[in-house]
Amino acid sequence: MVICKSPAELEKMHRAGLIVWGALEKMRAMIRPGITTMELDQFAEAYTAEHKARPAFKGYRGYPGSVCTSINQEVVHGIPSASRRIKEGDILSMDFGVELEGYFGDAALTVPVGKIAPGREKLLRVTRESLDHAIDKVRPGNRLGDVSAAVQRWVETNGFSVVREFVGHGIGTKMHEEPQVPNYGPAGQGPKLQEGMVLAIEPMVNTGGPAVRVLDDDWTAVTADGSDSAHFEHTVAVTSNGPWILTRPKDVTGPCW
Amino acid sequence: MATRPEKEKKPGESGKEDAIEVMATVIEPLPNAMFRVELENKHQVLAHISGKMRKNFIRILAGDRVAVELSPYDLTRGRIVYRYK
Repeated sequence: MVICKSPAELEKMHRAGLIVWGALEKMRAMIRPGITTMELDQFAEAYTAEHKARPAFKGYRGYPGSVCTSINQEVVHGIPSASRRIKEGDILSMDFGVELEGYFGDAALTVPVGKIAPGREKLLRVTRESLDHAIDKVRPGNRLGDVSAAVQRWVETNGFSVVREFVGHGIGTKMHEEPQVPNYGPAGQGPKLQEGMVLAIEPMVNTGGPAVRVLDDDWTAVTADGSDSAHFEHTVAVTSNGPWILTRPKDVTGPCW
Repeated sequence: MATRPEKEKKPGESGKEDAIEVMATVIEPLPNAMFRVELENKHQVLAHISGKMRKNFIRILAGDRVAVELSPYDLTRGRIVYRYK
């Protein structure tokens, strides 16, 4: 069952989403070589507390951190660590979610650390653009498959591959709701999108093959072939006016990140 | 935070999850490709032939050993999914 939200509920999710966006934008500004991923985690936790929200990831199925920080070949769910310093040339994915008054927001972006190789720049650009294409499909009457296919088409025509083992998700009063939102699959299939549905769309893109494996910490997913991986995400609502990105302010326009 | 997709069906499974698979012996054939079979625990249940077996014309006679899938909700009916030689 896909749960549709009322306009009032969407406003609440937007408020949660703004905290996510604010934290991620501040973290983006903190990025410089030498900072540890734990510092980002602590900042996010303090920022969330300041806004009277709760970090949604902390304790979720035993996840220890508030943020997921995934560097280079790490795809998603990297655990912040005080001994993990980011270096010039790295790419760092930051995934963050909060719960505010029972409603969730979830978003992620991958940022360059200093000057990065042109191949990595292209990976970030293509992954972000694939999310733009997917968000554009979030309209009433479209099908979920249209969203998935938009990501896959853009990623694969650019010579990268889409991770299969992890997918996006519906979101609302729980962090993970129906439906699952894969980043691959045929257009024109799956449930019809209706006003009030909210999807967390999150393309995970590898420069090499699509295969991933999970490290012994039970969380960190890395590419099986050691290639680079990027990850962008927004919480997006279906409205009669088209897609509404809940995890950013209404007056921000243009590319999704 | 990404989630893992639900487990995909294995190709050999007949699609109905949670089914209990048990050994049984055919007692008598009934009309409409139904059979009365006796399970190893001596229960008698009404079983029909799975679509895959019917499509491939697997013949079942009284006395054959078969594998039967039972739904946990209705233990009086089953589905024959394999005939042993």
